[in-house]
This record gives sequence, structure tokens and C-alpha cells, in this order.
Amino acid sequence: MRIAQPTAVPAVGPQQMQALVAAGRRNQLAFAIIGLACTMFAVLVLLAAFLDLLFDGLPRLSWDFMTSFPSRRAADAGILSAWVGSALVMLVTMLSAVPIGIGAAVYLEEYGGKNWLTDLIEINVTNLAGVPSIVYGLLALGLFVYQFGFGESILTAGLTLALLILPVVIVASREALRAVPGNIREAAYALGATRWQMISGHLLPYSRGGILTGIILGMAEAIGQTAPLIAIGALTFIAFLPPPPLVETAPFISLDWLWAEFTVLPIQMFNWVSRPDRAFQANAAAAGIILLAMCLLMNALAIYIRYQVRKKIKW
Amino acid sequence: MTPAIPRSLQHKWSRNIKERLIELLLLGFGLVAVFTTVAITAILVFESLGFFEHVSLWDFLTGTVWTPLFADPKYGILPLVSATLTVTAIALAVAIPMGTIIAIYLSEFAPHPLREAIKPALEMIQAVPTIVFGYFALLFVTPLLQATILPNLPGFNMLVAGLVIGVATIPTIASLSEDAMRAVPMNMREGAYAVGANKLRVALTVVMPAAVSGVVAAYVLAAARAIGETMIVAIAAGLNANFSFNPMEGAATLTAYIAQVSIGDLPHGSVGYRSIFAAGLMLLILTLVLNVIGHLLRRRYRNAY
Repeated sequence: MRIAQPTAVPAVGPQQMQALVAAGRRNQLAFAIIGLACTMFAVLVLLAAFLDLLFDGLPRLSWDFMTSFPSRRAADAGILSAWVGSALVMLVTMLSAVPIGIGAAVYLEEYGGKNWLTDLIEINVTNLAGVPSIVYGLLALGLFVYQFGFGESILTAGLTLALLILPVVIVASREALRAVPGNIREAAYALGATRWQMISGHLLPYSRGGILTGIILGMAEAIGQTAPLIAIGALTFIAFLPPPPLVETAPFISLDWLWAEFTVLPIQMFNWVSRPDRAFQANAAAAGIILLAMCLLMNALAIYIRYQVRKKIKW
Repeated sequence: MTPAIPRSLQHKWSRNIKERLIELLLLGFGLVAVFTTVAITAILVFESLGFFEHVSLWDFLTGTVWTPLFADPKYGILPLVSATLTVTAIALAVAIPMGTIIAIYLSEFAPHPLREAIKPALEMIQAVPTIVFGYFALLFVTPLLQATILPNLPGFNMLVAGLVIGVATIPTIASLSEDAMRAVPMNMREGAYAVGANKLRVALTVVMPAAVSGVVAAYVLAAARAIGETMIVAIAAGLNANFSFNPMEGAATLTAYIAQVSIGDLPHGSVGYRSIFAAGLMLLILTLVLNVIGHLLRRRYRNAY
């Protein structure tokens, strides 16, 4: 700590003192006004972004828009393949990120002691949160697409986004687990539960609200990701749907869709934005509205669940 | 004689094995994070090594022409780096002052209901996909500036890309800095009030210095986001490599170049294909340098209460 050098304090009369206080008040008021103005400016600009999208895109939103494939004619184009692709990619992401994320969090909180291994995992989780998203795309391009031979498929895309949101899920799950008091653990052990019985029967059920919040926030982040999926070579023009997951012959479930080529909502939007034609830009805005609505809904849901959990649980 | 333990309560060897297996499985899940870091580094370095077999490292680091897709390719990374730095600088010039002022306002000045309304809104805005902001930049902000104060602004330019990234980053800085400021113990503020400081003085000379570690962390995160931002620059700043720090010109950043090449169809293993990994490695190094600087700053100013 620096220690302030004593300085000669000039004698201040009552009048000067009043002037000093008044000046302080003025500065304080000025800052409050600047602060409010900055806050309002930021809110207004962001509001303008939403309204601009809404005005441009709303006239294009219709049932046909949701159920049509992309087309060379802007008026016929729709986002069927894009939202189906987004949904399937999200499914893969969820199925892989949720068990891995929760598992890693449980290990770090409940199993790992203070040793180099847990330190190593923790440092990596923190660092991965700061890696630019397009770098995950390059990783997936090198690893999943070519080394593992998954191709430019829904499986590759889902796994890429799973790695991307893993830090979010891990951090949220750890916080939720940490919030469960220690005497719950001790009570379970006292009744003869093994560690895993204690975790699966008590810790996970009690912390599911916080974990769910983390998962939803992660999924909301994943659904808007464009750059990593561009890097792995997602196509921008797809006029077919992936093979259906249910088939008529035994065993009735088909995983062929995992290997299908795909496009997703943000990539479809990117493709339309970059065209000079105004009509396609309106399509981009309409796709953007759907994307934004899904993102904000997921976030609102997460905030609501967090609020409910905080309200209900009193240890 | 001790009573016989019922069979159902006897120690089961299978149970120990199951517990052990579960622990190993969970450890494996934890190691996925380590594996991801190793894989990112390995892939980028490996593909870049292939790239540097064809291109000398010196030309790469000092060349000012980047035309890998031309018949006579030139591989100087500086144009991409200059665009990345220009856009990031503009974004931070917007986001750091605005974000910090908003954080101080929300933490020290704003009435309680306003703060409770703004805080969740800031968190929601952080989740908006950046491609939405790209649309806003290209089709709203650029035409607006062209029609009003900058009639000579080209359709693709670094200025608007930087401004919009800046605005999109304000919530990150504001929200994280506000968290740091609110964590400053109340009695420090009360001590300052007691010797006659007003709110502004408390905010600037007590709360800010005490929270500086968290605030710097917010700046670093924002800068990392700005450097790694892809969609806003790819849409609004254009895709032409251009060695220039002039914000009124369009220029491709490192990320925009990677996106541009990925959209096209380059054969696997070609020099052009490997060039995106070299660009990615450069991007990762920039992010790393930034994080190290942030770490040093935080250690230099760390205060514990």
C-alpha cells in the first residue's frame, strides 16, 4: 500500500467550506445525470437493434416461412431446413454437454481433493471460457471432421457446440452443488449411503434448479453460435431434411440423421444478410426474430427458474 | 456371539467396484476440458507447421499483403492483425468508458428499482446472438451514419463494426464491474462518508480502487470477446484484407478471414486450408497475451478485504 504523504492543509473558512460542499454536490449530480444518460443510451441502442429487426422481419413471418425450404426467390424462401437443423444440433449438444458437464462438476466438487489433477481441470475450464468461439470451429474441423471422419454433419456440429458450452454448464453446476449444505451429505452417509448414492439420491435432486439454469443458459448460447459452425463447413443452402429418426422397419429408430449435412438458423440468416437484395435481407430479419425469440425465451426461463429456486429452498 | 448380519446389509464387494468405476467415469468427464485445450493447441500447431513448410515465418509475420487465394499468393498476416486491433480498439473505446460509468451508476447512484430492472436486462442482452448485431450494423447503423454525419462512409467499414461490437460488449463490462463494486464492503464506504466524502468521491476513490481487480477482469473479458468476435466483423467490415488502421475503410479481421475461407470450399490439406489454422493460432496467441496482461494487472492491483 502507498502511504499518502502528509500535505499542508490550507486553512478553510466556513464560506469556502460551503462552496466546496456545493461544488461536490454539483459534481455528484452531474455524474448521476451522465450515468443515467449512459444507461439509457445503451438501452435505447439495443432497443433500436431489436425494433429494426422487428420492423424489417415481421411482415415476412408466416406459417409458409416456417415450412418452406430456402429458395432462389426471396418470396418463396423459408427456414424449414434451418430450424430443423438447429433443433437436431441442439439435441446432440444437450445429450453430450449435460452428462459431461454435470459429471465434471460433481467430480470437482465431491471427489477431487486439493491436488494437481483438480487444479489442472479447473485452470482448463477457466481458460476455455475465454477461447474465441471460432477457434472451437477450427478444432472441430481438424479433429471431428477429418481425424475422426464425422464429416460436416449434425454430429460434428452438436459435439462442437457441446465443447463450447461445457464451461458454462460446469461452472453453474458447481455453484449449485456448493449451495447444498454439508449436513445433507453427512446425514446420507450416517444412514449408510455410499458416496454415489448420496450424490444421485440427494445432491443432484436438491441442486437440479441451479443445474437446469446453467444448462438452459448454455443452450441459449449454443443456439446463436454461427462462427464455429461456419468453420466446420456447414452449408448455407439445404433444400432437404435429414433422414427421420423414426423408421417403419425394425428397429424403428434410425441414427442416420446424425451424419446428415445441415444448416442452422444463424447460418441461414448470415447467408441472407450478405446478399445485396433487400427482399433477402427481410428474410434474414425474419429468421433473426425467430432466433432472438428463442434465445430470449430460454434466458427468461433460466432467470425464472433461478428466482423460483431461490425463493423456495430454505436450508 | 454377535448376531448374524442380514444378507442384504452385508458388505458387498461389487459395491466398491461400482463406486470406483463411477469415480473414474466422472474423472473422465472432468478431463474432457483438459483434452479440449490440448486438442485445440495440437490441431492449431500441427496444421500451422504444415503451413509454415510453404511459407516462411518471417514473411508471415512481417508481410503486409494477404492474398492466399490469388494465383500468386502472398501470406503476410499484418493486414488481418491490423484490422483485428483497429476494430478491438474502437470497441473498447466505446465499451470501457460507457460500461464503467454504467457500473458505477448502477452500483452507487441508481435507485433500487431501476437497478433491479436494468441488471437482468443487461444479462439477457449478453445472450443475444452476435449475428443479430451484425444485421443491425450493416443495415441500420452504417446507412444511418452515411445519411447523417459521414456521407463518405463505405458500406463495409471497421468503424461501424467496432462501434456495434462496443455497444454489444457494454452489458458484459457493466454487469461484471457492477458485481465487483457491490462486493466492496459497506463499511469502507461508510468510513469515507464519515470523513465527509460525497457519493462521487466515494465511488471514484474508495469503491473503484477496491474493485479494480474485478473491473480489470471485466475489461479483459470484453477485449477477448471483441478480438474473437466473428459475425459482426464478417458482415459489417467486409472480407477484403487491407493493411490499414483507418476505421473508415473496410478490412477483414483474423476471424472474418477464417469464416470467409470456411464458406468457400478449399481442399483439405492445401496451403489455403492450412492458412486458416495459422490465422487461428495468431488469434489464440493474441487472446493469450491479453489474458497474461490481465493477470499481471490483477496481481499488481489485487486488494483483499
